[in-house]
Amino acid sequence: MVFCSPFKLRSKGIMGMNQRNSGYIGRYNPRKLYPLVDNKLKTKIIAREANVTTPALLGVISMQAEVEGVETYIKDTPGFVIKPAKGSGGKGILVITKIENGRYFKPNGSEESLSEIKRHVTDILAGLFSLGGSADVAVVEGLIQFDNAFDGFSFEGVPDVRVIVFKGFPVMAMMRLSTAASDGKANLHQGAVGVGIDITTGKALHAVQFDMPVKYHPDTNKELALLEVPKWERLIYLASSCYEMSGMGYLGTDMVLDRDLGPMLLELNARPGLAIQIANGEGILPRLKLVESLGDDHGMTVEERIAFSKENFSQ
Amino acid sequence: MNARIFFFVLVAGLFALGLSQTIQRHMAFDIPWMPGETRTIWNIDAKIDFEADGQEVIASLTTPKAQAGYLQLSQNAASPGYGLSFLEEGNAPQAQWTIREATGKQTLYYNVQFLADAKSTDQPIDEMPPLLDLQYDPAGQTAGAEIINDALKTSADAFSFTRELLKVLNAEQTSQNVSLVLNEDSSKTDLLISLLNKAKIPSKKVGALYLEDGRRRQHLQPLVEVFQEKDGVITSRLFDADSVQAVDRSNLLLWDQSGTALLELTGARNSKVSFSMIQQEQPALAAIMQKAENEHLFNFSIHSLPVEDQSLFKGILMIPLGVLIVVIMRVLVGLKTSGTFMPVLIAMAFIQTSLLTGLVGFILLVAVGLFIRSYLSHLNLLLVSRISTVIIMVILLIAMFGVLSYKLGLTEGLKITFFPMIILSWTIERMSVLWEEEGAKEVMLQGGGSLAVAVLAYFTMSNEVTRHLMFNFIGLQFVVMALVLLLGSYTGYRLLELRRFKPLADKE
Repeated sequence: MVFCSPFKLRSKGIMGMNQRNSGYIGRYNPRKLYPLVDNKLKTKIIAREANVTTPALLGVISMQAEVEGVETYIKDTPGFVIKPAKGSGGKGILVITKIENGRYFKPNGSEESLSEIKRHVTDILAGLFSLGGSADVAVVEGLIQFDNAFDGFSFEGVPDVRVIVFKGFPVMAMMRLSTAASDGKANLHQGAVGVGIDITTGKALHAVQFDMPVKYHPDTNKELALLEVPKWERLIYLASSCYEMSGMGYLGTDMVLDRDLGPMLLELNARPGLAIQIANGEGILPRLKLVESLGDDHGMTVEERIAFSKENFSQ
Repeated sequence: MNARIFFFVLVAGLFALGLSQTIQRHMAFDIPWMPGETRTIWNIDAKIDFEADGQEVIASLTTPKAQAGYLQLSQNAASPGYGLSFLEEGNAPQAQWTIREATGKQTLYYNVQFLADAKSTDQPIDEMPPLLDLQYDPAGQTAGAEIINDALKTSADAFSFTRELLKVLNAEQTSQNVSLVLNEDSSKTDLLISLLNKAKIPSKKVGALYLEDGRRRQHLQPLVEVFQEKDGVITSRLFDADSVQAVDRSNLLLWDQSGTALLELTGARNSKVSFSMIQQEQPALAAIMQKAENEHLFNFSIHSLPVEDQSLFKGILMIPLGVLIVVIMRVLVGLKTSGTFMPVLIAMAFIQTSLLTGLVGFILLVAVGLFIRSYLSHLNLLLVSRISTVIIMVILLIAMFGVLSYKLGLTEGLKITFFPMIILSWTIERMSVLWEEEGAKEVMLQGGGSLAVAVLAYFTMSNEVTRHLMFNFIGLQFVVMALVLLLGSYTGYRLLELRRFKPLADKE
């Protein structure tokens, strides 16, 4: 049988796309708050106000006239990232990991001249990378120094942690590891490995690639069960506080770990995917229902919510 | 929760509204459920021959009216030089020809079309025909009275009395009384009528025409209609004086219900009326349109628009079905399509081009378009000008394919111009971006999904039955709307999710 019984899925509490759209995203995510989430610059500003750590903001270029001044933002940094505020799917992100005597180098070692960087910023402003081609602004961020804890767990790309935060409660988490198949990207449908993470401990539970269970990373052959997210307490705290900050009821938070600065918020997602259920080997619905049963007036602080989640959602 | 209840009430209301309107249209206007249904139309000619005396001539032919089983569609007459009018005098309509002066043999034609319609009924009878004092041979006076007395004894009402009379008249061994009243000049029909009148039972003579395909030179068959009043309601029944059997009204058209004469003629002699008829099978819808033309029943419907606009609506009214298919495929199946309703537009183009030509043309255009578009992406153009370039490119490609296929003798290829160019350009643009961002696999997935939905929508929208139903029953639009609304509130799994989450369901 290619298909499984819908009743079996229902009994396991697995959420489908239709239910996610109408029952959770449509009900808990107010439309007017979407720009806060879809625009990375706005996300950064509200995160800063809420004391949620994000990669350092080096500068913003919003007009063509400012492009010439890009050098002042990047001159004295160890490395930086330039990205479009409204970009999607990781397009238009320029990463410079090494700067030597005014020469800029990308992660693969090739050189990028200053004029090429300026042209990239111009392209971003013209809307080349944003959805619908609307004019955009370029955000210059400090480079994240990736934590050594993930050495060998990711191939070429950025390992990040996705935590689903429902009404402020962290309900499910997974780590997304890029592979050769995913071309260094962290999107599960492109072939990245998803590893379910226990809400209480931050340890790996279960891993999948292309929706099928895997035990070892396909490129590095590292045993995925050994994965453990360091500074988990801090990470889960940051993720949960994104609720107050954004106002979104059903939120996907993408967190990264910096060697020196610890967990930080990379971006928010108002339409988080369903693959996290497969990575965790468990349906998300019972957890969402439990949180819904608490009502709106539980008056819990972030710490109390995390404690509640740890008590109820660990496997 | 109240909003939820309101929603379902709304959906149920739309559903009921649509369904009841549909059924009402079927019942009231007789619009058939299936497109292929045919209805029988009788085309009957009456030919009147007479010799004019050389003075003014007035010829009045009693014509039939709508009755049980038959509905009149149209009537006309051919008669060079004559003035013609259709009169509605008394209880029977007439066609009247008039001319100031005519000599010699004259021939007049009257043509009428009747739709065989099981729902048509006889018109209610307002009044009884008057009782006539018909005299018959004095020798038969007493014999007639005796027949009436015998029949009265063994009957209960006018109809059974008539049956008793018929039994006596048609008995195998003619009784003495009957042979006394029945003389050579008068027919049994006339005798029956005079007997009935003597017994104070109103009756009249009716001329009926037996309908049989291709018959010519037919004459009216005399029948007797007997009336009876009970509780203020007048009913009547037909009897054939030559038979005891009840009159079978199938294939029987009551032509002359005047009770007087079929043809009234002044200024002429030797008149003769003969009938010929043919049976025609017409598509039910056309027959009903013809009927409606007379009745002005369709005033508030698309059928009242000019034909050109009607055919436009024929296309537009199919779109909801295509949209429904898209909703089903996305919400229930979970197919990915590029552009939400692009498949419907492609399907509409397929209807113009025919499926195979459309598919080949579409794939060809998109493939070549994608190839050229991949070069454009190297130029780092702005979106608007990039799309505009793609549009011009698509137009050039369509022109090229058209000319090429024409030169090769494939006139089918010219149909490629039916593709909506702007839509095609957007498709190419989207697919190209998708290719760069997600890879060729995703392009195939979404492109294939779009085409699959388009083909499905094509079959639904080009189906004869659905076209017939959607065009003739506007109420179905509400039903489709209710379905779409209902699907919008579906929160269950999609078919493809059952496969996606299968490993999860099979765990443990």
